[in-house]
Amino acid sequence: MEYKRVAITDKAIEVLNQLREKHGELIFHQSGGCCDGSAPMIFEEGDMYLDDSDILLGQLDGVNYYMNQDQFEYWKHTHLTVDITAGRGSSFSLEIPLGVRFIIHSRLLTDEENAELNK
Amino acid sequence: MGYSKPKFKDKYENFINGKFVAPVGGQYFDNTSPIDNSLIAKYARSQKEDVDNAVAAANAAKDAWGNTSAAERAGMLNKVADIIEANLEEFALVETCDNGKPIRETLNADIPLSVDHWRYFAAVIRAEEGSATELDANTLSMNIKEPLGVVAQIIPWNFPLLMLSWKLPPALAAGNCVILKPAEQTPSTATLLMEKIADVFPPGVINIIHGFGPEAGKPLASHSGVSKVAFTGETTTGQLIMQYASKNLNPVTMELGGKSPNIFFSSVMDEDDAFLDKAIEGAVLFAFNQGEVCTCPSRLLVQEDIYDAFMKRVVARTNAIVQTNPYDSSCMVGAQASNDQYEKILSYIKIGKEEGAKVLTGGEACKLDGEFANGFYIQPTILEGHNKMRIFQEEIFGPVLSVTKFKDEAEALEIANDTLYGLGAGVWTRDAHQLYQIPRAIKAGRVWVNCYHAYPAHAPFGGYKKSGFGRENHLMMMNHYRQTKNMLISYDKNKLGFF
Repeated sequence: MEYKRVAITDKAIEVLNQLREKHGELIFHQSGGCCDGSAPMIFEEGDMYLDDSDILLGQLDGVNYYMNQDQFEYWKHTHLTVDITAGRGSSFSLEIPLGVRFIIHSRLLTDEENAELNK
Repeated sequence: MGYSKPKFKDKYENFINGKFVAPVGGQYFDNTSPIDNSLIAKYARSQKEDVDNAVAAANAAKDAWGNTSAAERAGMLNKVADIIEANLEEFALVETCDNGKPIRETLNADIPLSVDHWRYFAAVIRAEEGSATELDANTLSMNIKEPLGVVAQIIPWNFPLLMLSWKLPPALAAGNCVILKPAEQTPSTATLLMEKIADVFPPGVINIIHGFGPEAGKPLASHSGVSKVAFTGETTTGQLIMQYASKNLNPVTMELGGKSPNIFFSSVMDEDDAFLDKAIEGAVLFAFNQGEVCTCPSRLLVQEDIYDAFMKRVVARTNAIVQTNPYDSSCMVGAQASNDQYEKILSYIKIGKEEGAKVLTGGEACKLDGEFANGFYIQPTILEGHNKMRIFQEEIFGPVLSVTKFKDEAEALEIANDTLYGLGAGVWTRDAHQLYQIPRAIKAGRVWVNCYHAYPAHAPFGGYKKSGFGRENHLMMMNHYRQTKNMLISYDKNKLGFF
């Protein structure tokens, strides 16, 4: 069985498709702290400079989901599900003009998932 | 005493070149109040063209503004302070409506502090001087501080007028023209300020652009017509802004949040006196401004021998917090600023519980009655756990405290510094040695010692580690908005003799 660190809800995929139509290829980057942080940001592919310090957690409907290595160390025991909620962030994340905001729900990895993903 | 929702116009425009102007694209967005989720007004939804116009206005104004005397600029800054002060209650009410914070906070903290920041920088530029050094008998090195020219500033929604008042006065005092973008959740007090001070500065010196990050913020942060970008926000956007600034070889300053430890040593409970009472309040300050503060003391570290007794009092004090209609003067904790914040905070409480944290109090949304049932309220929450949990490592930006115990100084420091961030910290003790040594060993830009959440204009504020760089407040801030002109003058009549 293949284990995954990230998942996405159907409602969030709908928004993803809307954004893809307008902006082309996209990436998610999980932001750290402050006002609009601790939330997934979505950008046009190539907009954000990524390197080895950005960990690829998985692909959500073809969109790569990254997190900085430092942050990943504190997060790697949890599974993340990207969802969408009404609201308004003030970052550069592309969904904001739609009046919605990507959000993550977290749960602990099961023992089997943890053994496989963090071996 | 009770207040109620203030009156607003139907819609508000950008402030560019001394006038309110409609956005080029003609689009507006709805701004709502988190208190009851009701509409406040429509605000300009700016695009790149609006940003271009604001940057052009600022560039047209910069030479004349940069050559005004310090006395003239100080006079204008003082005038702004007087105007805010004369309209304090109006600003406070609009701020409470837009952000959701209690009226007692806006009346007593946000707005009076804003006034003071304008006055502080008015005073700074009257008192400071450049420098001159005689390098040898005939050579003088003269350092003159010159403004950068045009500055872009992007501010957050947690203290809308106060963050504006941290950003604008030093930039203007240094002789720069500014394009400022308020957060789209809280555009109201910036607009109210421009209505009140429209004639104070020459056209183009202050420009306010409303709109969304990807549509207006990004074109502003990446604009080749600005010479500096100052940003308060979170890490990913911070990285993007630095990337854009690198294309223009522009300097940036970044204030990017934290996960601040608040450390209580055994000696705080040596006496049951006024200081212990102050210390307990200091622990409960996690709930100040609904926890929506970059320096929220959201990690409570308590020495193990006083842990039970101390926490009993902290929980009791937390339970005494009055959470009600934020327009009511008795309200201590108001609404979270938006629905997505509300959802995010609840999701953190959930993962905290899953990770095994014990709920000492709160842990749920708070349901108010009547029209306030539509607002975004969360109970002040204390979760007991350990520092490796996500709730100890991620900035929740809500009234959520994560508490753990430590046995000695070494363990306190180890936990305090085990974080990606380094913005604020608190140290509470009656031990004179700890008072100095512990703050020095904490890797954070601001350590409050036997106090917390004080932000005087005369004390520099800023981050270590992933909390950013550059400082706000204090006269050292001026150098983030200036460059040094060195004039090297020879009074020697004789040639070098080389040619």
